[in-house]
Amino acid sequence: MTCFTAQHSLKGGFPVNFLQTLLVRSIYAIILLLAVLVLNFSMMHLAPGDVADTIAQANGGADAEVLEAIRTEYGLDQPFLVQLGRYIGNVMQLNLGYSFYYREPVTELILQRLPATLLLVFSAQILALLLGVLLGVISAQKPNGITSHFVTFIALFGYSAPVFWTGILLLIGFSLQFQWFPVAGMRDVTIEGGFFVKTWDVIVHLILPMITLASVFLALYSRLTRATMLEQLRTDYVRTAYAKGMPHRKVVYQHALKNALSPVITLAGLQFSAVISGAVLVEAVFSWPGLGTLAFTSIIARDTPTILGILFFSALVVIIGNLLTDLAQKLVDPRIGGIE
Amino acid sequence: MRHIFKDLMAATALASIVATASYADEPKKGGTLVTVLGSNVRNLNSAVQSGIVTGFPGAQLFASPLRYDENWEPQPYLAESWETSEDGLTVTLNLVKNAKFHDGTPLTSTDVAFSVEVIKANHPFKSMFAPVETVETPDAHTAVLKLAKPHPALMLAMSGQLMSIIPKHIYGDGEITDVKAHPRNNENVVGSGPFKLVEFKNGEHVILERFDDFFIDGRPYLDKIVMRIITDPAARAIAYENGELHMGAFESLPRIINRLKGVDSLTVTADGYGAIGPLDWLAMNTSKGPLSNVKVRKAIAYAVDKNFISKAIMQGTASDSTTGIHPDSPFYAAQDGYDLDLEKAAELLDEAGFPVKDGTRMSLTIDFGWPGVKPQVEYVKAALKKVDINVEVRSSADFPTWAKKMGTGDFDLSWDTVFNWGDPVIGVHRTYDSSNILKGVWSNTQSYSNARVDELMAMAAVETDDVKRKALYAEFQAIIADEVPVYHTNTLPYHTVYNTEKVGNPPIGIWGTSTPIDMTYLK
Repeated sequence: MTCFTAQHSLKGGFPVNFLQTLLVRSIYAIILLLAVLVLNFSMMHLAPGDVADTIAQANGGADAEVLEAIRTEYGLDQPFLVQLGRYIGNVMQLNLGYSFYYREPVTELILQRLPATLLLVFSAQILALLLGVLLGVISAQKPNGITSHFVTFIALFGYSAPVFWTGILLLIGFSLQFQWFPVAGMRDVTIEGGFFVKTWDVIVHLILPMITLASVFLALYSRLTRATMLEQLRTDYVRTAYAKGMPHRKVVYQHALKNALSPVITLAGLQFSAVISGAVLVEAVFSWPGLGTLAFTSIIARDTPTILGILFFSALVVIIGNLLTDLAQKLVDPRIGGIE
Repeated sequence: MRHIFKDLMAATALASIVATASYADEPKKGGTLVTVLGSNVRNLNSAVQSGIVTGFPGAQLFASPLRYDENWEPQPYLAESWETSEDGLTVTLNLVKNAKFHDGTPLTSTDVAFSVEVIKANHPFKSMFAPVETVETPDAHTAVLKLAKPHPALMLAMSGQLMSIIPKHIYGDGEITDVKAHPRNNENVVGSGPFKLVEFKNGEHVILERFDDFFIDGRPYLDKIVMRIITDPAARAIAYENGELHMGAFESLPRIINRLKGVDSLTVTADGYGAIGPLDWLAMNTSKGPLSNVKVRKAIAYAVDKNFISKAIMQGTASDSTTGIHPDSPFYAAQDGYDLDLEKAAELLDEAGFPVKDGTRMSLTIDFGWPGVKPQVEYVKAALKKVDINVEVRSSADFPTWAKKMGTGDFDLSWDTVFNWGDPVIGVHRTYDSSNILKGVWSNTQSYSNARVDELMAMAAVETDDVKRKALYAEFQAIIADEVPVYHTNTLPYHTVYNTEKVGNPPIGIWGTSTPIDMTYLK
């Protein structure tokens, strides 16, 4: 303990604080993950019917003995607590098990899909943030001007329209009327070419789903930026800066914006899980081969190991996203985390 | 008379096909066909997995002994000829000599024997090969199926996706029952079909390429098939329209079908699904309450207007169906329908002992298993209101929830869709057989039991004379239509969509896309 404090005062807060935070966070995370798994396992179990029915569905029917064989094979005929115990035991050994539906290791299934979702979620989040902040700043400068109202309209439209509707609308507009973007998927496998051609292909496929997903969060970020910017622009230091003769641009973007960003970043961190769940719908509309489509089909298929595996990974992504948010906040606001 | 007429029609159809083929389009070789699967693929090995999604890639990767033309006539495929013994207990398949698997190993009768064993142990449809006791292999190219009883359903069961011949040297490395979980069901899949697997990305695509050593010379015509997995029907529709997809099958949403019919570049057809045989119907639980009375069931059939369903809900895309057998099947015997007649319905309900009391005769529930059929269910509720039957609509959170209710008989009425899967023995008997009551979803969930129906099905299952067999099924269908354990309303309107300018000879036989498309080409 003494050693700790010594180090603390010596190196100035950040590393120890950060490591401590990380440790505490990890413990919370593990408890949270277990709770998520147990709760969802129980809920899945409560629902009538099971994966044997959906396997029969995929087959166009199945004889009774086949259904029974499936249930025996997956241990679905065992008492609930036995099933739960087995599952948690495996997870403790970092084994997420096999998908009932696809018969593939869950970890493998998820890792195949994770990159696509990360690409979509991060690009949409970044687009929403950049554009949201920009629009927020613009509208804050003339809060009652036409631009401001226009920004409000666009933002609220994106926020209130269901994503699958926005998605289909964009598809009809930009894939059918103007055939600028492809309809579905992440790549065109018929395209031949090198790295750049293929990367460009992915980007072209990414644009519509990214805009669709970003449209929901654009509203939040632009409205919040607008509000905090309005607040900042009324503060004394801004008035002082103007009084000193600092150019308008510099006042807004260098001084006021920097202080206005902190709550926006907090919100972005909080919204991270919402972006991931939003991705489920967007992926379904655009057949984006990510975790969202997998989650969707697995829930429909009652594929318990896969659903729990996805929840496990999503929770991890959210936890990491929140950590990144904290770091980003420290960057824009030195008061956070580093104060003795 | 009808029969002769049908044969005549068939002959003319055949002649015209031959005629058009000879002068119109010479099939072109090469090219990549971009097509689509409407849901994710669970398993590419069609010897252990059924269903229309596996059927498409499965029938390209694996060949089966027979294939069927659009007139339900068996054609040679892996078997260049076949004969059934006089007593119907021996079926001999003479295999083509030049068939090879994708890894270069020759296909022999041992693989046929092995495949039958695997299918018997793993395939969800036990009735297909249950009577097959052993498969003898007197030489490398002769497989002799020994049957416990005559089994005419075997013919259709040897075609389409139902009897995929898989290589013993690949899939025979473990227990027979383990083949359903074999690692090579989804990667490095080896069959003897016209196309071999390049890549299967779960949730994204299946890519196949031409197998150069395919046993039919000069086929397949296509170099490559890309099957994209697009689960959203609206997104698929846009992709057909903007040309991203050349072809797709099993489209069933009336709104989308009608929209695509209006697109100049596309052909949209309901042809080619006879053996898949998808039927929509109103199921009635005959085991409890008022519905155990046949008069009540008939009254309901009279009160529910098929015409309305066909026009308003199916928007003209579906065809009429009056029995448990698909109208395109050679075994179909059309029955007199229950044309809308509210007076007769009321009369039957009175007779059955359900007079109107306090404005109502009885209360029933109606279930549905997927959101697409909610309109039908809401309509039934409204229609039965007119004959003073109160109907409560019960929705299920998802398919398994509904399946559980059906499988345990926890329902009065329900909307349902069931497939014929070729021969009636495979997909029709299960709904009416009294030994198959409440054995899970799509069993005899109506708990229907009629000794004569059981007897007719048992006789038809072993009747080798085609004419007699059809007569047995005709009587069977008449009884079913009369006793209405299910009220048959319409076919599920599966449609194939293809780009008219680009796709030549799309698969419109009897098996939809669950058939080799070695003759399909790009113009």
